[in-house]
Amino acid sequence: MKITVKLFAFFRQDRFKEEERRYPDTTTVTDVIQGLGIAVDEVGVTMINSRHCALDSSLKAGDVLAIFPVIGGG
Amino acid sequence: MADKIFRVNMTDLTTSVEEVPADWAGHGGRGLTSTIVAAEVPPTCHPLGPNNKLVFAPGLLSGTAAANSGRLSCGAKSPLTGTIKEANAGGTSAQLLAKAGCKALIIEGQPKDDNWYSLHITPGNITLNKEEEVVGKGNFDVVETLTERLGKPMGIITIGPAGEMKMAAANVSVKDPDGKIRSCGRGGLGAVMGSKRVKFISVDSMDGKVEIADPDKFREANKTFAKALVDHPVSQALGTYGTNVLVNIINESGGLPTRNFSSGQFEGHEEISGETMHDLIKERGGRVKHNCHKGCVIQCSQVFNDAKKKYKTSGFEYESIWALGADCAVDNLDHIAEADHLLDDIGIDSIETAVAIGVAMEAGVLEFGDGEGLVRILREEVAKGTPLGRIIGAGAATVGRAYGVTRVPVVKNQAIPAYDPRAIKGIGITYATSTQGADHTMGYTIATNVLGVGGSVDPLSKEGQVELSRNLQIATAAIDSTGMCLFIAFAALDDTTCLPALIDLINARFGISLTGDDVVSLGKYILKTEHDFNTAAGFTKEDDRLPEFFSLEPVAPHNVVWDFEGEEIDTFWDF
Ligand code: SF4
Repeated sequence: MKITVKLFAFFRQDRFKEEERRYPDTTTVTDVIQGLGIAVDEVGVTMINSRHCALDSSLKAGDVLAIFPVIGGG
Repeated sequence: MADKIFRVNMTDLTTSVEEVPADWAGHGGRGLTSTIVAAEVPPTCHPLGPNNKLVFAPGLLSGTAAANSGRLSCGAKSPLTGTIKEANAGGTSAQLLAKAGCKALIIEGQPKDDNWYSLHITPGNITLNKEEEVVGKGNFDVVETLTERLGKPMGIITIGPAGEMKMAAANVSVKDPDGKIRSCGRGGLGAVMGSKRVKFISVDSMDGKVEIADPDKFREANKTFAKALVDHPVSQALGTYGTNVLVNIINESGGLPTRNFSSGQFEGHEEISGETMHDLIKERGGRVKHNCHKGCVIQCSQVFNDAKKKYKTSGFEYESIWALGADCAVDNLDHIAEADHLLDDIGIDSIETAVAIGVAMEAGVLEFGDGEGLVRILREEVAKGTPLGRIIGAGAATVGRAYGVTRVPVVKNQAIPAYDPRAIKGIGITYATSTQGADHTMGYTIATNVLGVGGSVDPLSKEGQVELSRNLQIATAAIDSTGMCLFIAFAALDDTTCLPALIDLINARFGISLTGDDVVSLGKYILKTEHDFNTAAGFTKEDDRLPEFFSLEPVAPHNVVWDFEGEEIDTFWDF
């Protein structure tokens, strides 16, 4: 299935900003993170289609997955 | 230097240095400005009249070696909201005031003539002088002229043209270590300073030092505290991308108010994001990291250069970039930087002014997306005080009224900042219940609603939001009393060594033994003191509401409205 993956802040270094990628049907958020060589404990927030999601959430075709490191501001 | 209260009466042009009343001794920063305003300002007075008082107070730890402790609180009754107000900023003055033994500076009364004045503070002493040379000048010119005149680096607290014109969005501006500007931005305190006819305050601490009751304990606690700050990943991201790292995540969450709050996502978000800004800063030889005062170990500030690699602005914050950017649909970071620079120079709140321009765009005064037009309005209208400039300088609510706009994002007349309360509901509770009008910093639920710091509470559900906002508002009131920058809160929420170390610092400084519970009580006392002032000024729970359009107009992409009932909001005060 096709998933759009968006990366932010330093996760973009040597990777990409946004890419449409192919994954097997039973892929979870953690699978995508690990597949990109990102350490799971560096991940702060993940969202599927603009809604916060757990790391073990399953993805479905057409989802937009956004992966952020731990960030803050205000 | 022993701490004293410095007082200036502008009616009879006298000054005095007084002992600290016992009730005030345990307070600093916001706790002290609010205590003094509540004790001495009649709540129903006109904010720009002789009965209002402008109060400055460094935090409890300002002037010491404690990391991130250099914030200066400024308080009064606000001409924008009519409520009590505290705004704080970095810069060098908090540390210098503390070293000069100034626990608080109270400016009261009003001159009967049209002269302008300046104040000069040295250890144990304050003088009042007539001022002509820098009157009418912008902030950068004021700082440059005074640095030359004074002949050595000093603290400078000043107002720009906006403050002189008593615009309700005017800042009190504070010189930073590089001679640039930090702002006590919200609520028009610069107009209060202008109404007192004080153009600037200079601070020379000479060889003054803050006394520490237990230096060894203090040093130990500071080590632990600074380590907790430096180690927290949020601090590291702040040092790299600044607060503007938020543009993309708030946009992704659907809570980035766009085109005067008509959508929750901005198609130009990438152009104005922290990531883009970081790359531009590097490319143009600016500085990615920078601190607003000595001793900050987080360094969220930065120096942003223009395309010719010349200095354009610093302290380029998310909320300013959001307001000038997404809210006005401007996707050109150079236009936004130019506007940010002008706002610093004019001395006017970047949030209030830009949201006011967003409302003016909705009214058709200029087009959404017109960055050049926005810069022109600041330079030609606001800075010069033309009728349009004064309407904008009076804030978003005034623009809405002048042009008959119904989508006016304000609470208690103060512009709502960078997070849409329909899509991030906790922050809506903070906007509604804050004692000072809409202000994200009063109880930053974004940490928990969006960023996953301090736990997580679903931003789209009503569940848990009132409690979240209440706990954060109590904690924030206490932190605002210490002189600490609020960005220590990320480490405080996650790292169990951080808050105890902060309390140890206060105890070692004063030789006392506060506990965590005392700190919570302090926060509650501050909120209640402020709330009581507002009640006496005529505010009721019906003022703790968001504008109607938030419950009528669903915001994309989640297509949600603000759905809290009044009674649910009112439970905020059950403590
Ligand atoms: S983190 Fe930012 S706002 Fe806070 S003290 Fe440092 S530079 Fe100033």
